[in-house]
Amino acid sequence: MNQTVKLVLEDGTEIEGQSFGAFTSAAGEVVFSTAMTGYPENLTDPSFAGQILVLTYPMVGNYGVPGEELYESISKIFESDKIHIAGLVVNYYSEEHSHWNAAKSLGDWLAEYNIPGIFGVDTRMLTKKLREKGAMLGKIVAEQDVPLHDPNLENLVAQVSPQGVQHYGTGQHKIVLVDCGTKTNIIRCFLERDVELIRVPWDYDFTTLDYDGLFLSNGPGDPKMCEATIQNLQKALQQDKPIFGICLGSQLMGLAAGGDTFKLKYGHRSHNQPVKLTGTQRCYITSQNHGFAVDTATLPAEWDMLFENLNDGTCEGIKHASKPFFSTQFHPEAAGGPQDTEFLFDDFLKAVAAYKAGR
Amino acid sequence: MNKPNKVLILGSGALKIGEAGEFDYSGSQALKALKEEGIRTILINPNIATVQTSDDIADDVYFLPVTPYFVEEVIKKEQPDGILVAFGGQTALNCAVALYRGGVFEKYNVRVLGTPVQSIIDTEDRDIFKEKLDQIGVLTARSEAVTTMEGALAAAERIGFPIIVRAAFALGGLGSGFANNMDELRTLAQKAFSTSDQILVEESLKGWKEVEYEVVRDAFDNCITVCNMENFDPIGIHTGESIVVAPSQTLSNREYHKLRSIGIQTIRHLGIVGECNIQYALDPHSEEYRVIEVNARLSRSSALASKATGYPLAFVAAKLSLGYSLAELKNSVTQTTSAFFEPSLDYLVVKLPRWDLGKFSGVQREIGSAMKSVGEVMAIGKTFEEAVQKGLRMLDTGRRGFVANKPEPIDLTKLDTLLSEPNEERIFAINEAFQAGYDVERVYELTRIDRWFLQRLYGIYQLGQQLAEKRRQGGLDALETDLLRQAKKMGFSDQQLAVQLLGSAEVKANEMLVRARRKALGVVPVVKQIDTLAAEFPAQTNYLYLTYHGTENDLEPETDKSVVVLGSGVYRIGSSVEFDWCGVNAAQTVNEEGYKSIIINYNPETVSTDYDVSDRLYFEELSYERVMDILDFETPQGVILSTGGQIPNNIATRLEAAGAPILGTAAARIDEAENRHKFSSILDELGIAQPRWSELTTMEAIYGFVKEVGFPVLIRPSYVLSGAAMNVVSNVPELEEYLKLAVDVSAEYPVVVSQFIQDAKEIELDAVADQGEIVSYAISEHVEFAGVHSGDATMYYPPQRVYVGTVRKLKVIAEKIARRFQISGPFNIQFLEKNREIRVIECNLRASRSFPFVSKVSGHNLIKKATKVLLGQHVERDASELVYDLPFVGVKASQFSFTRLQGADPVLRVDMTSTGEVGCLGDTAEEALLKSLLSVGYRIPEKTVLISSGPLTSKVALLESAQVLVQKGYTLYATHGTHSFYAENGVPSTLVYWPDELQEPNALTYLRERKIDLVINIPKNTTKGELDNDYKIRRTAVDFNIPLITNARLAKAFIHAFTTLKLEDLSIKSWKEFKAM
Repeated sequence: MNQTVKLVLEDGTEIEGQSFGAFTSAAGEVVFSTAMTGYPENLTDPSFAGQILVLTYPMVGNYGVPGEELYESISKIFESDKIHIAGLVVNYYSEEHSHWNAAKSLGDWLAEYNIPGIFGVDTRMLTKKLREKGAMLGKIVAEQDVPLHDPNLENLVAQVSPQGVQHYGTGQHKIVLVDCGTKTNIIRCFLERDVELIRVPWDYDFTTLDYDGLFLSNGPGDPKMCEATIQNLQKALQQDKPIFGICLGSQLMGLAAGGDTFKLKYGHRSHNQPVKLTGTQRCYITSQNHGFAVDTATLPAEWDMLFENLNDGTCEGIKHASKPFFSTQFHPEAAGGPQDTEFLFDDFLKAVAAYKAGR
Repeated sequence: MNKPNKVLILGSGALKIGEAGEFDYSGSQALKALKEEGIRTILINPNIATVQTSDDIADDVYFLPVTPYFVEEVIKKEQPDGILVAFGGQTALNCAVALYRGGVFEKYNVRVLGTPVQSIIDTEDRDIFKEKLDQIGVLTARSEAVTTMEGALAAAERIGFPIIVRAAFALGGLGSGFANNMDELRTLAQKAFSTSDQILVEESLKGWKEVEYEVVRDAFDNCITVCNMENFDPIGIHTGESIVVAPSQTLSNREYHKLRSIGIQTIRHLGIVGECNIQYALDPHSEEYRVIEVNARLSRSSALASKATGYPLAFVAAKLSLGYSLAELKNSVTQTTSAFFEPSLDYLVVKLPRWDLGKFSGVQREIGSAMKSVGEVMAIGKTFEEAVQKGLRMLDTGRRGFVANKPEPIDLTKLDTLLSEPNEERIFAINEAFQAGYDVERVYELTRIDRWFLQRLYGIYQLGQQLAEKRRQGGLDALETDLLRQAKKMGFSDQQLAVQLLGSAEVKANEMLVRARRKALGVVPVVKQIDTLAAEFPAQTNYLYLTYHGTENDLEPETDKSVVVLGSGVYRIGSSVEFDWCGVNAAQTVNEEGYKSIIINYNPETVSTDYDVSDRLYFEELSYERVMDILDFETPQGVILSTGGQIPNNIATRLEAAGAPILGTAAARIDEAENRHKFSSILDELGIAQPRWSELTTMEAIYGFVKEVGFPVLIRPSYVLSGAAMNVVSNVPELEEYLKLAVDVSAEYPVVVSQFIQDAKEIELDAVADQGEIVSYAISEHVEFAGVHSGDATMYYPPQRVYVGTVRKLKVIAEKIARRFQISGPFNIQFLEKNREIRVIECNLRASRSFPFVSKVSGHNLIKKATKVLLGQHVERDASELVYDLPFVGVKASQFSFTRLQGADPVLRVDMTSTGEVGCLGDTAEEALLKSLLSVGYRIPEKTVLISSGPLTSKVALLESAQVLVQKGYTLYATHGTHSFYAENGVPSTLVYWPDELQEPNALTYLRERKIDLVINIPKNTTKGELDNDYKIRRTAVDFNIPLITNARLAKAFIHAFTTLKLEDLSIKSWKEFKAM
């Protein structure tokens, strides 16, 4: 029998369950994801830094965790080099797993990174609570109690962003990737597309670099924490080089443009978010993981909403009326989730090519 | 796109293997979607037992065959401007393709809504399909389409064995199979060519995973996958024969989305608008895949996906075919979010097929690439363990789950074969393997079922062992709450716990002990909602299931007055869509009378499990335990059992004993009617005649009884190993032969022997009574004499050849019975009539199979009346007496699926074997009969009829028909006896030899060469050799798709009908037109 642990929420809710992964305590913001597959991708997504993740899909761990493989020093398998979540909450953990590329169980993998997991939890009840009351602070408590802790008060981006500048690949387009906690699949998507990638830390003044296009990555927490990035970005917006932002990158673009962002009640974390390309009948199913969004009403006149969420009408991306600047709140790079919008990388590089041609 | 004004919808006809209730669901949803738009809808479907052919669903209905001729006639008459062809299964699709090729749609300016017919052809023609996929680099299995035997053999040479053979344009994998060598290929190919001009020889992907996606696309090229499904069984078993889980369980994110993306790419390329299904094979050792097929229509899988996710695929597909975009439609569960989304499940479902192979003699028990199952169940749980054990019980085959079943001796020598060669019992063989010490790895090697599934099953097995251990430590008292909870989370029923903890005796009593203990410990299930978005948004619908993985109910018990309607569970031979119609009508009446309706049912092929049919839908088991769990939670005002067939009736006594508020006839009375001894003595008391019968425990007693009543007798052993559960025998050798099949004749396994009255007319009464007084009834007459199961018989309503005096007598008997049993609600009595003497053979205190048929033809909805009675409303006695005044006739005919059941003897017997039925209307009995027989696959013969007319009585009975055939220019072929008989009577016929005579012209050769258009083969009760000969003729006829009749009375009626009426004489009249007569 597994050891007993409990999940404690800031509203006083206490749920008992069984431990898997590391038998330890951890605190963070409790959020839920309704994705049915992709826990190896999710758990290594830096955007989840500081969060205790509740998975609504009830059986987790079925296909184990694959072994690591590297390509150009980046992971071919995972979305970063470590697990970023603070803790994992599931209904049922499948200790035995079966898959041709599994190297270990989910529990062993969590334990490797000292991340606690709890199962035997009525995750639907918990999700409904989070839906109604909004994302809350919480903790998984093993033996030693820990205090509640709000990760949004910290600069999480600074914690997950790399220290130095790295170069990847060779190609005709030189793209700067401002890494606020990028998923490696974004890098992979670029490297498949004739790109030389310069990956810089979140606060790096990339305006000093020679590049053809600028990319703003996803990342954790409140975008307003990234003051340095916003300042650099404001400079880039004065120029005409194409800019593409994803998730946090979209929020940063909105802030740099002069708009505002706000915290969603319980965020969008799933593989089934419907978005519509504004002014068309064209819709896409997208992968999402964010707690903040751009407030479209606050955008300056020369900025428009590019995509709209069909469920709640929130902003799913913005674009500049005349310059090649655009962003998506969702994840065109998927991993995990649907791959229907990966063409946006092509669109971006086309804009880069057009910019270069016109220069 | 302009919205059409009038749309024709093609139904799927009678339920058959490979095409069942799912198309009632999809057609009903499509009709609902069109109705909302104010579009006039016309439905063609001869299946009178369906919900879609009820009043007020379509604007008008034609009970006519879904064949090019009749559909064109209806188009000519109705002049619709649109047609929907994707909601009636393969039947509708094939018909549409034929009409399209014949230029009919163009001729009458009918627009095919949704997926263009060309796209359908692209998916159906294997060659074109492969070519289309090649164009976009999507991989398909290496295969070659061939049209000749030589071509097939050459293709196999190139591809290499093992190979799979498939017939193009075939429903449910008909004519498919694996071949390991040229000989096997030859046999398979010959059969496949008999159903299709083109067959496919393909690389075998045995052992690969089988995965399906349901894809939806709108006219604006927006595309989503609503659900994916993974087959528990590896590829090689038709998906209809597989245990299937949704969503996939063993696929990584990369695999899931790789296949999803390929699906979307493919469906866009094919240009499908609406809904379709794409099936893949996925290598279990890499991300290699092959696309197996695309079904460009609603399918069994799409019905399952709809129920699994709560996404109304058929409804949405119908809207998309009108030109809506997905983004314009709302998610009908949340009613706030968009229909352009992909459901996220926070549970999983397991679908299991139900076979009834035991009903057939001679049938091959292996399952494979052709479908044989007759129904399916869907179980919902938070874990595979919970769902699969629920599902195994839902199949209603006497199993309690994966473990704790009645011990069956394990034949270890056969175990490996049972595991490696898929069969209907394989999942139980896995448990036996664990018991025999096999580990997961060894079972995997034999079955190639993914280890993950086997690990889950092994977990159930282990917990079962742990519980059995508790039995030694003191049983129930030794059971810790934690272990109890764990067992419940793994799907153990109270009965399973009772068996493991307290032994296999007195299971029902012990179950009550377990239940009491469990409730005392507070171990009760919680009610959870299916909401399509895993709780991200609130649901406005009450689509519910129960689970032990939870601490909170999603909703409160219904506070308004409510009534629970128990559904009919899994479709099987003897109980299918007709009871769904009954359940849906009962629930609707419950609502009309001001109550909230709560339906419990678990069959994904039904309309009653649409969450908008009732106020609350519990997609749950119909077991005593689960029904009581729900009643404990909901505390409704009443429970209706009598519209759900036999499953609810079986738990009536226990529910009533537990204090459930059962509406209608008391459970004790139901028991009196169902218990043969009690019922018989009550009939004696009432002075009602019945055939003599006795329950006997020794061979001597059987001989003694037979001596008294004389042959033939009907015998029903308690337990038979294979073949029919009852049979009529005419002499001692037959009696002994048949009883050999019975395991045992003893006090424990008695045999019921009844006097069998030959050449007796069978008459049925369907009725509703209120506190013992009949308020409405309908009498129908069988075409066949008694001896053909009432579910297989052809029926006239109103009766055509029953004396008024007989009707009066029947009514008097029915009134006596209604009074004696104090019947409130629906009931059915079956009578025999010979020489004006009437005997009662059966009485069911519930709705019967024929309720929809007689209700629709008579215009008196017996279920509505019955439900009103059950709710205590006063119901006026109606004018049922006037049935003879009906200006038209209804004929119900049965659909057989013998083609799909390799080896099964296609003969009508006392045990039911049909899988579905139709009901057609005509101005005369002949017209209605001909329409209905054409609807179940008979064709009017062109030139030739082969007759083996059986015993002398039927030879005589058919003589006149033979003469008429000759007069009409038909060539008769006859086997010896019939040939000489005809010669003696001056009827010219050509002699053909019996199969075992090995002499030409041989009956088999003529059949194989398709020189025969109709086979009439009346079985004889004689020597084994002749039985084999008869069997071979019948089987070959079925295998070569040649219409076959095995009953003299039906043959006579059919011949009379098609020799007096031509196809063009059949009136193209809608239901409303008949009603207006």
